[in-house]
Parts: sequence; C-alpha cells; structure tokens
Amino acid sequence: MKQFFAFVKKEFFHIWRDKRTMFILLGMPVVQIVIFGFALTNEVKNSKIAVLDQSKDAATASLISELNSSRYFDVERNLISADEIEPAFRSGKIKLAVILPNQFGEDLQHVNNATIQLIADASDPNVANTLTNYAAAVVMDYQNRITNNQKLPYTINVETRMLYNPQLKGAYNFVPGVMAMVLLLVCTMMTAITIVREKEMGTMEIMLVSPMKPQLVVFAKAVPYLLLSTINIASILLLSVYVLEVPINGSLALLVAESILFTLVSLSLGLLISSGAESQQTAMFISLVALFLPTVMLSGFMFPIENMPFPLRTVSNIVPAKWYYIIVKSVMIKGVGITAVWKETLILTGMMLFFLVLAIKRFKIRLQ
Amino acid sequence: MRTLRFLLQKEFRQIFRDPAILRIIFIMPVIQLMILPWAADYEIKNVKLSVTDLDHSSYSRQLISKIIASGYFQLTHYSGSFEESFEEIEKDNADIVLEIPASFEKQLVKESEAKLFIASNAINGVKGSLGNAYLRSILQDFNREVRLEWIQMPRPSTQTQIEVTSSNWFNPLMNYKFFMVPGILVLLLTMVGANLTAINIVKEKEIGTIEQMNVTPVKKVHFILGKLIPFWILGMIVLTLGLLISRLLYGIIPLGGFFTIYVFAAIYLLAVLGLGLLISTYSSTQQQAMLISFFLMMIFVLLGGLYTSIDSMPEWAQWITRFNPVSYFIDVMRMVVLKGSGLSDIKNHLLIMTGFAVVLNSWAIFNYRKRN
Repeated sequence: MKQFFAFVKKEFFHIWRDKRTMFILLGMPVVQIVIFGFALTNEVKNSKIAVLDQSKDAATASLISELNSSRYFDVERNLISADEIEPAFRSGKIKLAVILPNQFGEDLQHVNNATIQLIADASDPNVANTLTNYAAAVVMDYQNRITNNQKLPYTINVETRMLYNPQLKGAYNFVPGVMAMVLLLVCTMMTAITIVREKEMGTMEIMLVSPMKPQLVVFAKAVPYLLLSTINIASILLLSVYVLEVPINGSLALLVAESILFTLVSLSLGLLISSGAESQQTAMFISLVALFLPTVMLSGFMFPIENMPFPLRTVSNIVPAKWYYIIVKSVMIKGVGITAVWKETLILTGMMLFFLVLAIKRFKIRLQ
Repeated sequence: MRTLRFLLQKEFRQIFRDPAILRIIFIMPVIQLMILPWAADYEIKNVKLSVTDLDHSSYSRQLISKIIASGYFQLTHYSGSFEESFEEIEKDNADIVLEIPASFEKQLVKESEAKLFIASNAINGVKGSLGNAYLRSILQDFNREVRLEWIQMPRPSTQTQIEVTSSNWFNPLMNYKFFMVPGILVLLLTMVGANLTAINIVKEKEIGTIEQMNVTPVKKVHFILGKLIPFWILGMIVLTLGLLISRLLYGIIPLGGFFTIYVFAAIYLLAVLGLGLLISTYSSTQQQAMLISFFLMMIFVLLGGLYTSIDSMPEWAQWITRFNPVSYFIDVMRMVVLKGSGLSDIKNHLLIMTGFAVVLNSWAIFNYRKRN
C-alpha cells in the first residue's frame, strides 16, 4: 500500500509539473459548460424570413408586424415578386417565405376566408417543421383576435403545464448532456494517453521491473485523474446551479456519487484503450475521434432515443453516457432518489467492472 | 523542391509505418457514417401518453381513441388518478399526461364549456412543446366535431377563417439523412484532419527528432508543407470514401455537383490541417495538443449549426460561429447537396475559407521556431 501511494504521489508530481495541462484540464469544463449551457438550445427562434405581400393592406401589414414581433421570426426582407423567392432561399439566409395573396384583406372582410402560403426551406427538415407550426400559430392568434374572440358554444378549454422546465430552457436538457460528455471524454483520453506515453517512451519497462504489481502501477496512473475529475464535477455543478440556474432538485450526495461512478467507468475505459494502443496517436484517435460523435448522437440529449430505429436503440445501450445522462436528468431535475435510478447505476457499475477486467486481462506485463 | 520531395518521402514512410493508425483513419469514419445518421430523426412520433380519465363517458372514450388513431401517440398508461400518471412521467414511461376531469361530458353539453388538463415533461423543451402542440391540435379537431354534433353551422361560414397552406422546398420528402449525412461527414473530416496534424509536430518534439530537423538546412516553409501535403491527401481520400458511402448507402447526389464540394473541401482541409499544426506548435506534449484540440473540436462540432440552429443562439455565440470553420462547411454542404448551389453561389464561403487557410498556416509557420 505504501508503495502504491508513493507511485500515486509520483504521478501527481508529473501532472503538477505541467502547469499548462493542469490549467486546461481544470479550466476546460468550466468554459464548456458555460458556453454550451447558454448557447445550445433546441428551440428555433429569431429565424430569418421573407415576406411577399401582394395585397399591401391594413390586414397584411398588421399580420406581418405580428410575425416580426414574435420571438421566432425576424422579417429579413420584403420581396417584390414571386421570382425573388428562390434566390432568397439560395443565398441561404432565409428559412421561411410567407406569401400573402392579392386582396387578402378584402377576402377576409367580405368572404370571411383568406389564404396564406408558407414555403419552408426543408434542407433542415426539423427547422422547417417547427417554423411552419410556429407561423401557423401566429396566424391563428391573429385570426382569433380579429374575430374578437367571439365565444363559441361547446368549447373545450385546454390548460397546459410544462413540468420540470416551465420556461423551456435549453440548459435543463444540455447541462446533463455536456456533463456526461466532458467527464467521459476527458477522463478516458487522459488515462489512455498517460499510460500509452510510458509505452511509447520506453519508461513502462522501468516501471514494470519495480517490485510493484504491474496492475497497481497502471492504477496509480489513473488515481490523480479521479481526483481532478472530482474537482471538475464540483465546478460543473456549481456553475450549473449559480450561473445557468439549473436547480439540483434531488440529493446532492447521490448526484456526486453517481458522477464519481461515471468517472470510474471512463477511467476504466481509458485503461482498456491503453492496453491495446501502442502509440499516443492511436490512443487519441480511439478515445476522441471514435467516442466523440457516438456520445453526442447516441446518448439521448441531442436526439431522443425513442425515435431511433430499433437497431440503433440497441446500439445506444453500450454508450455509457446514455445511462449517466438519464441519471443526471432524473436526480438533478426531476429530483428522484436512488430507487428510480438503481437500474442505470447497476448498468454503469457493470460496465466499469467489465472494462477493468478486460483491461487487466489484455495488459501485457511481459516485454516482447 | 528536392528538399520537399525527401521530406514528403519521410512523412509518408512514417504514416505507413503504423498500420493501426491507418486502419483507424479510414475505417472509423466509414463505420460512423454508416451508423450515426440513423439517429438523427427529430420527428416526434410515438409520444408516450398517460391518460387520467375521471369521466369515463362516451366523449372521453371517443377522445382517447381519436388521439391514438392520430399515430403520434401511444397510450402507455390509463388510470383513474393523476398521481399515478405523474409517477409514470417520473419513471420516463410517459412524456405527456392528459387529464379528463370528472363530469367533463356533462359540463360540455350542459354548460357549453369544459376543461381538460395537459402536463408534459419539458426537460427537453422542444420535445415537450411539440408533443403539446400535436395534442392540442387533436383536441381542437375533437372540439370541432362535438360542435357539429350540436349545432348546424351556417354556410358560408360566419366565422373568419385564414387557411394556411405550406410547402417544403429543397427536400419535399423531409428526409433527414440528406441533411445529416453530409454534416456528419464534415465533422469526421474535421476531427481526423485536425487531430492528425495537432499531434504530429509535438510528437517530434517529444521524441526529440525535432532537434535533428532543426540543425538541417531545411526551411520552415518546407518543413510545414512536408507535414501538410501527406495529411491533405489522406483527408481527400477520407472525403471520397464518405461521399461514396453517402451515394451508395443513402442515395445522396449533390445537386450542385461533386466538383463544387471537392473545391471547397480542398481549401477547407488546408485550413483545418493548419489549425492542427498551430495547436502543435503551441504544445509541448502530445497530451496538451490533444486536450486543446478536444476543447476546440467540442466547440466546433456543437456550435457548427448541424445539431442546433445558429439563428437561435445568443448574439455572442453567433460571433463564435463566425470563427468556426465547421459552420461554413456545413452551410456549403447544405447549399450544394440540397439547393444545387454552384461555385458562384458559395463564392463568399470560399473566400472566407481561403482566409482561414492562409492565416492559420502562416501563423503556424511563423510560430514554429527552429530554436527552442
């Protein structure tokens, strides 16, 4: 044990000596959580639209101003003729075109019926759908206003409550996701690289002839990163509560414990990668390029997993971040206890053990 | 020129010496491109609905079957208490709760007005509000049907109606893959390119071979070019593989032509590789280079406009995206693949990217000193 601590101390000195790396390690999650917490939102707002007003009467003018004043749209340009619609889209600036036909106001007054045409840029289908819905809602509101909200008989009134996130902030969804990503990638990468570096430099051999068990030599390299990650967990949580105003509704102790468990999973994964990689470059590619996008796309915070086709839903189960994301969402925002997340906790524990056993098995302690 | 040729020989030998890394560079993007685009479907279907029915009337039954028939919702839970339904939301077994209060039908018929309650899980705000919007529009339909049952509406209607028709240009089938596949290809290309060069010069520093380079009469420019060209070729091969997969697996043929994409990608790669070299010249260990490159990649990828709309970001974040090469390439891909833009349409993008390439590479050359 004493030897083990001596080794851990040595690893600490290694990290401590490299001030720049330390600084990046501790500063990076802080910057990222702030940037992404504020900048990432699934909402679609302030989208630039073009209006082709062929009627130019009081009704169209007030409808256009309603569109412009809604938070979803900015009327970027007024088109003169239908020929301008396509170029406006082609220049890439416009996401929606609203076409108000001739005699819009007159029809509305005399026939009680008028039409509006919406054209959406569906190259991003998601945004197109959303904008069409929003525009239709703005038109609907306008229609209700001009009919003076005449009360119709047999009306069903619907009352809506938005649970957990009444202001529909993006941060509630993205903070847990970014937490999972930063912790996973940083820990995995750092552990993998540190160990492979010793291999590449040839210093691993020196370590392996020491009287310590080879596995312990490797573990000792992971310990400092566990401690650094704990600092990162603390700073991320502080920032999300005090800067991004995402509350911790559940037990803080549970959240921290789960985060440390997830860090351990990442460290084990890093060990596993290092047992197979021979150069730092390979280790980097596996732990960064191979893990990054799947983590973003399959952990459920960018795209809801239940929408994915069945094979992919199955694949998403092997993404550790998916389980941690569910845990953070449940504990932090829904405020539930361990009884609600024991299954996810078990899966993460299983993953950690699996990675560890495999890493130890694969680790070559003999020199070629 | 001769110097450069020898340098290129050396770099290529070094690349081919490590078959592991070559395998990773080519196979990994291919696998990811085959799997990941299927994940990106934001269309909300199968919203899990839990109904609390305290009315048990024929109307409440009609309403529920109408909601199920819409195809957007699946009824996962039906009970007589709101608490139970709420627990379903806590357990993630339900996304949205519809509560039909007791005597809903009676009130609607007798008092001509009745209430319904919806509660939806809004942690993912977009999912929450979309499910909400669908449910509300179904309820409105139902409301109209009920009204027709009781009143004969005069024709022409005295009620003002604005009809909204909508059409989707450039992607009428609303195929998400046309948008996602090129985007993911851009991200993969960026990560592979930047990481390859980010680690390269540092590696020479770490193992000490840079000292040997520094005492040779090799010029700085040659040294950097010798690093750039091999990786640029690798990058173009990765791009070609990616475009092949998008063509064969997803049937994506850029309307604006492959040539346009290649021209932009050629310049783009220079910029990205230059960024990697710049990171390399600023780092003293491979670990540092990796950390910095990971930090930048995360910002580039998440704020690249592929996953979330740039228009929706706050002003300062939109400024960040202007310095993000990824957002330009994703824009170009979208324009060329779906809108059929040609070289003249992406002129500005090309100019800006050339600027990036020139600035980043000159900075890297300037910053790489032969003396430490």
